[in-house]
Amino acid sequence: MRQIAIYGKGGIGKSTTTQNTVVALAEMGRKVTIVGCDPKADSTRLILHSKAQTTVMDLARERGTVEDLELEDVLVEGYLGVRCAESGGPEPGVGCAGRGVITAINFLEENGAYTADTDYVFYDVLGDVVCGGFAMPIRENKAKEIYIVTSGEMMAMYAANNISRGILKYAQTGTVRLGGLICNSRQTDRESELIEALAKSLNTQMIHFMPRDNEVQRAEVRKQTVIEYNSTHKQADEYRALASKIENNTKMTIPTPLSMDELEALMMEFGIMEM
Amino acid sequence: MSIKETTEFRKQVVEDVLEVYPEKARKNRRQHIAVKDEGCASCAVKSNSKTVPGLMTARGCAYAGAKGVVWGPVKDVVHISHGPVGCGYYSWGNRRNLADGEIGVDNFVPFLFTSDFQESDIIYGGDKKLETIIQEAVDLFPNANGVSILSECPVGLIGDDIESVSRRMSEKLNLPVIPVRCEGFRGISQSLGHHIANDAIRDHLLGKGPAREVGKYDIGIIGDYNIGGDAWASKKILEEMGLNVVNIWTGDSTLEMLQNGHLVKLNLIHCYRSMNYIARHMEDTYGTPWMEFNFFGPTKIRESILKIAAQFDDYIMEKAQQVLAKYEPQMQKVIETYRPQLEGKSVMLYVGGLRPRHIVGAYEDLGMEVTGTGYEFAHSEDYEKTLPALKEGTLIYDDVTAFELEEFVMKLKPDLVGSGIKEKYVFEKMGLPFRQMHSWDYSGPYHGYEGFPIFARDMDMAINSPTWKSIKAPWAK
Repeated sequence: MRQIAIYGKGGIGKSTTTQNTVVALAEMGRKVTIVGCDPKADSTRLILHSKAQTTVMDLARERGTVEDLELEDVLVEGYLGVRCAESGGPEPGVGCAGRGVITAINFLEENGAYTADTDYVFYDVLGDVVCGGFAMPIRENKAKEIYIVTSGEMMAMYAANNISRGILKYAQTGTVRLGGLICNSRQTDRESELIEALAKSLNTQMIHFMPRDNEVQRAEVRKQTVIEYNSTHKQADEYRALASKIENNTKMTIPTPLSMDELEALMMEFGIMEM
Repeated sequence: MSIKETTEFRKQVVEDVLEVYPEKARKNRRQHIAVKDEGCASCAVKSNSKTVPGLMTARGCAYAGAKGVVWGPVKDVVHISHGPVGCGYYSWGNRRNLADGEIGVDNFVPFLFTSDFQESDIIYGGDKKLETIIQEAVDLFPNANGVSILSECPVGLIGDDIESVSRRMSEKLNLPVIPVRCEGFRGISQSLGHHIANDAIRDHLLGKGPAREVGKYDIGIIGDYNIGGDAWASKKILEEMGLNVVNIWTGDSTLEMLQNGHLVKLNLIHCYRSMNYIARHMEDTYGTPWMEFNFFGPTKIRESILKIAAQFDDYIMEKAQQVLAKYEPQMQKVIETYRPQLEGKSVMLYVGGLRPRHIVGAYEDLGMEVTGTGYEFAHSEDYEKTLPALKEGTLIYDDVTAFELEEFVMKLKPDLVGSGIKEKYVFEKMGLPFRQMHSWDYSGPYHGYEGFPIFARDMDMAINSPTWKSIKAPWAK
């Protein structure tokens, strides 16, 4: 079983990319579980065809404690047998969402959500690694591979670099490694080259360049992945390509995050920033 | 040994004991320990600083200072320990702050209220639960005159807004609801908790009560938590002097006393450390004067009675003289009874806010000598107040560690150790007489004329108990 965590700047397309890729893996016959680690609980919408099934934390709150839950209440099968769970958590501004992620992941593990026949577990994690809770998926004995979704936009690269710092901390003390950057194109100038260069500086690879295509939005509006909505579309093949690259990926590295100066220099070199 | 030799010996003891520490810790700890020498050349003691990690300290936390010490004794208020159950449960009913009244009607001191945080309260925040609990507590106990919210660590971490809940519920219930931000991780000891608790009284209660005429002999006692009935014993003397004790903070006190603490002619402060903040505030804001006093042992009681009476008129002074005339012969009898078997005995103390200096005189009245003393959480001004009360050669230790105290006791060989529950059984197992000087064990009061005979009896009972002769196993010759 491979456990994989997906990080990246908020709004960059982590959930969309994850679900489309997971469905491609499922199409290849793999047994996959997605764990949404975000109080918004929108990591499994395209697979379940509706937003937020009952989340672990919301149901625990309703019933009293997490011990009152049964696994089948919160782990639901969707398209192509992909199993889905959402951690859930508080509305913005109250409580501790990070603790919610910790509690939910512990619950899933302790209650045997990761069965022996599971090939992949994907953790779709909210935005940046803001506190210990959001680093939960990459702690000891959990995800050993991380992919960062980014684009050629400055803030997305900035976030990718910051996330690499978080990974570095856990990589040095544990077994977690960076598997690569996924460039989710925003059609910025020389985007592919730029992300290739960033990946090189971070001691990793750009595992795939995901072109921008409106078919993704059309599928999303219908609460579907591209493979389900339009299986023969070229964008579906892009996700299939990413899925097979992840399946065959052996380049697992400890990242080398850039200093602010180095990052700015890189951006200037590619004409994003001007003096 | 001459005084000079004793001083030198004890200074060497300090060096020997600190020897086991790594250099950095040794350097740090040496600043916290002193021996009073001639002219006090080297008796400066560093205090109120962070404990060296790894050393066993007896200190508590901000919550302990705010809930356990200052707020807990206020009897007509429901005190909610807000957070997971442990802080509330383990601070429940283990401090001997006595209170009069009908339990559950106008006295809630023996109760524990806690919001008993669960996982989901951390994740979703506990504000709504707090609101429900306040409502339930007031529904269950309609006579409660207020509610205090004592914040535990997680409440501070997850950013709950207990201030706004308190404000809302206070308006809804037409009752003071006081948020106290005493998360345990704040500060370096319980001392900050005292300060936070004082500030909460200042911000939410003081000056907000029903107005009252201030009688010419009205006084308040500040910082007496009525351990074993101490405040009652003080009150008795003061009232016999013709004074009118209208407030006690916070032993056996009520919410109204906290609101009207400034409405007195004079505030007498017992525990300076935990309540000097509010005493100063009342002086600055309302012009209410304050002074320290000490009712441990007849010598200090005499000094304090005369000092207090001097703040008032001839009538009070005359009454004060009558009080002295009435009680001093009784105290003399106590001394005659106990002094012969206590004369020359030595004691080492390690306590909290004021006793490391205040009870020295009471021991001296019994012919005993304090050879070592120290505070858990004192500030430098507390040590400044302490030094004049001590004899040359006295060992002084701040935030003493378990290891140091045991070693000091083994080397100085006192006849009695006076400290807390954490120390008690360690020393008793070493075969040493011990008295709890936070709680008076299960005894008290030790204050005032009522307390001194009990104090004398307890010390005699501890030191001269035949038990100690039998403590060695017969085969361990």
